[in-house]
Amino acid sequence: MQIDWLAYIFAFLMVFSILMYTILDGYDLGVGLLLKNANWYEKDRMIASIGPFWDANETWLILGVGLLLVAFPIAHGVILTHLYLPVALMLFGLIFRGVAFDFRAKVDAKQKWRWNAKFFYGSLLATLSQGYMLGSYITGFDASWAGTLFACLVAVALVSAYSLIGACWLIMKCEGELQFKAVTWAKHYLLNAIVCLVAVTVVTPSVSSRIFEKWFSFPAIIALLPIPITTVLLAIALYMVLRHMPLPKDRYAWLPFALTIAIYIFSFAGLAYSFFPFIVPEKLTIVEAAASSESLFVILIGAIVLLPILLVYTVFSYYVFHGKATALRYD
Amino acid sequence: MIEFDPLVLSRMQFAANITFHIIFPTITIALGWVLLFFKLRYNATKDEAWLQSYFFFTKVFALSFAIGAVSGVTMSFQFGTNWPGFMNTVGNVAGPLLAYEVMSAFFLEATFLGVMLFGFSRVPGWVHTLATFLVAIGTTLSAFWIIVLNSWMHTPAGYEMIANDAGVMQAHVTNWLAVIFNPSMPYRLAHMLLASGLTVSFLIAGLSAYRYLHGDRTAAVIKPLHTGLLLAAILMPLQFVAGDAQGLNTKAHQPAKLAAMESAWQTRHDLPLVLFGIPNEDTHHTDYAIEIPYLGSIILTHSLHGEVKGLNEFPQHPPVKPLFFGFRLMVGIGMLMLLSAWYGAYSVMRRKVLPKPYLYLLVAMTFAGVMATLTGWYVTEMGRQPWLVHGVLKTSEALGPVSGNMVFSTLLSYVAVYVFLLIAFVSTLFYMARKAAQKNARYNATMLASRVEKNRNNFLHGEVLVDC
Repeated sequence: MQIDWLAYIFAFLMVFSILMYTILDGYDLGVGLLLKNANWYEKDRMIASIGPFWDANETWLILGVGLLLVAFPIAHGVILTHLYLPVALMLFGLIFRGVAFDFRAKVDAKQKWRWNAKFFYGSLLATLSQGYMLGSYITGFDASWAGTLFACLVAVALVSAYSLIGACWLIMKCEGELQFKAVTWAKHYLLNAIVCLVAVTVVTPSVSSRIFEKWFSFPAIIALLPIPITTVLLAIALYMVLRHMPLPKDRYAWLPFALTIAIYIFSFAGLAYSFFPFIVPEKLTIVEAAASSESLFVILIGAIVLLPILLVYTVFSYYVFHGKATALRYD
Repeated sequence: MIEFDPLVLSRMQFAANITFHIIFPTITIALGWVLLFFKLRYNATKDEAWLQSYFFFTKVFALSFAIGAVSGVTMSFQFGTNWPGFMNTVGNVAGPLLAYEVMSAFFLEATFLGVMLFGFSRVPGWVHTLATFLVAIGTTLSAFWIIVLNSWMHTPAGYEMIANDAGVMQAHVTNWLAVIFNPSMPYRLAHMLLASGLTVSFLIAGLSAYRYLHGDRTAAVIKPLHTGLLLAAILMPLQFVAGDAQGLNTKAHQPAKLAAMESAWQTRHDLPLVLFGIPNEDTHHTDYAIEIPYLGSIILTHSLHGEVKGLNEFPQHPPVKPLFFGFRLMVGIGMLMLLSAWYGAYSVMRRKVLPKPYLYLLVAMTFAGVMATLTGWYVTEMGRQPWLVHGVLKTSEALGPVSGNMVFSTLLSYVAVYVFLLIAFVSTLFYMARKAAQKNARYNATMLASRVEKNRNNFLHGEVLVDC
C-alpha cells in the first residue's frame, strides 16, 4: 500500500531542511568566505558571530540528506553515486571548516593563522562543491562538457550567494569599521549574485528542455511571473537599503539579512517548481522513489512531535545570543 | 593499470571513517555527564576549582564534539555513495531509527552546545546547568539510536522480508518494540556506555596527571584527577560483567563469532581458555597455544562442562585471526585499566600521594579507553562478516556501482585527513593542558610570593604548594 501524500510531505520536509541549511549554514560559509578580506582582529569577531550557531546549522544538512536517505532511499543512492567526487570534496571542506572553529581558538597563537586559512579554504571548497552538485543535479547529471561548465557556473554563483548572506549577517551582528566593510561586501556580492543568478536563470531552460516547457508554456507563465518579479524587486530593495547602511542608531540592521532570506526562499521556490514532480531529474519521481508508507508514517509521527520543539529551542538559542557579537568566552 | 576491488576498498573506507568517528562520540557521551557533575558540584559547593575543571573540560568537549560532528556527516553520505544496497534492503528499519536520531538528539546537542559553551555569562546559572544536562541527554540519546540500529544488524528481530515490485527482497517492520529491543541491544548499549565512561575517566585522569607533572597542583587538577580515577575504579568491574553478559548473548545469537574470538575449532564440552596462540585457518588448529583447561567453558557457559560450538560446525565464519587477537588486545587493555584504576583509587581513598611513575603511566594511558573501545568494535563488526545484516544482507550485496579507482582516491584522502586531524587533536589536548598548567603555576607563584611575605616558615615547610 502506497500513500502518495506522505511522499509529498516528505519531499516538502526535505526541501525545507535544505532551504534552512542554505540559509543558516549559508551565512556560516559566507562568513568563512569573507575571511580573506578581513584583518586578524576582524576575523576573530566574524567567527565569534557564528560560533554559537554553526553546529546546529550544519545539522540541517544532516536532516536534509537524512530525509533523502530514509524517505527516498533509491534517489539517495542514485544521486550520491553520481555525485561521488563533489560529495567527497564537500565533506573535506566541511571537515576542515568545522574543526578549524575549535582548533583556531585552542592551539598555540603562532599556529592560529594556519587554522584561519583552513577555515577559509574549507568554506570555499564546501561552497564550490555544493554549487557544483546543484548544477549537476539541474542538468540531470549531464557529464558532457556543457553540463560540467554549467555546474561550474552554478558553483561560482553559490559563492556569491553565500558571501552575500554572510555579509548581511555581519551587518546585523557587527558594529563599527567591520560593519562598514560588511556593507561594502554585501553590495559587491549582491551585484555578483545578480549577474550569476541571471546567467543561471537564462541558461537553465536551455540545458533542460523540460524545465523550459514548465516555465514558458501558456498560461503557466502568467501564474509563475510573480516568482521572478518578486525576486527582482527584493534584490532592488536590498540594493537600495544597502546604499544607506548603516543607519543612525543602527536601525534596521536586520533588514538586509531578512531581504536576503526572502530572495533565497523565492529562488528555492523557483527551483522546486522546476523539478517537481521529479526527485532525480528526468528519471525518478517523488512518488516512485518513496520508501514504504509504513516507515514514512513512523518518521512522520516523530517529525510532528519533534520538529516544533526543535524550532522552539533553535529560536531560544538565537535569542540567547541576540545583539552584537562579542568575543566568545567559555566563562 | 591496476584495477582495485571496490568492495575491499569501500569496506576499508567505511572502517577508516567509522574508526575515526567513533573516537569522538565515545568521548562526548560520557564527558557530557562528567561536565554536568562538575557543574552540579560547583553549584553545591561554590568551589571555584570545580568551575575551573568544568571550563577546562568543556574545551576538550567542544573540540571532540566538532570533530565528531563533521566526521558524522561523512557517515551519512557514505550510505548512499558506497552502500546503496543497505538502505534498499533494510531502509524501512534503518531509516526511521536514523531519522529519530537526527530529530531527537542531533539538534538538541548541537543547539544547547552553543549555550553550554558560550552562554555561561549570558543566561541564569540554572539555564546553563540545564543546557549542560540537555547536551548530555542528547549525546546519550544519539548513542541509543545508533546502538539500536547496530545491534539490529547483529540480531535482527521484529521484521519480515517481502519482495517489492522489482523483485528485491526488502525488510518490513512488524513490531517496532521488537526492533528496538532486539536481543543484543541492552547488552551492547550497556557495554558501549560503560566503554564511554571508562574512556572519559582515563582521558580526564591522563590530562590531569599531565598537568600535575607540569607543576600544576591546584585543586582544579586534583579534583578531576580523583574523579577520573574513582569513576574508572567503579566502572571497570561493571564493564567486565557487561562484557561477560554480551559474550553469553553472542554465544546464543552469533556462535560463529564467539568461536572465532576463542579460536575454538571443534565443538567441546571442556573448552580450554587460550591465553595465547596463533590460529591457523588452513589446518583448523591453534598453533603454539597456551591454554588453561576448562576455563573457556566456565567463562562462556558458566559451567564446567558447558558445550561451546566450534568453527568447524559453520560453513561460513568470520576471519579468525583478527577476532582472536583483537579480543585479547581489548581484554588485555581492560585488565591494565582495572589494575591502574584500582591502585589509583586505593591511593586516593587512603589519602596517599600518587607516585611520579604512576602519574606517567596515567599520561601514557590517556587514550587507553579509546584503544580498548576500537579493538572491541573491530571484533564485533568483523565478527558479523560476511553479513552486513546478520542472515539478511551480505556486505558484498550492498555495494554500489562505484569504481575501485574512485574509492581508492577518496580512501587515501580520508586517511590522510584523519591522520592529520588525530595528530592535531592529541597535540592540541596536551598543549591546552600545558597552557592551563603554566597559567596556574604562575598563579601559584604569585600566591606563594604573597604568602612568603606573610609567613616565611609556612613556605619553608613546603605545604603551601599543595594547598593553593
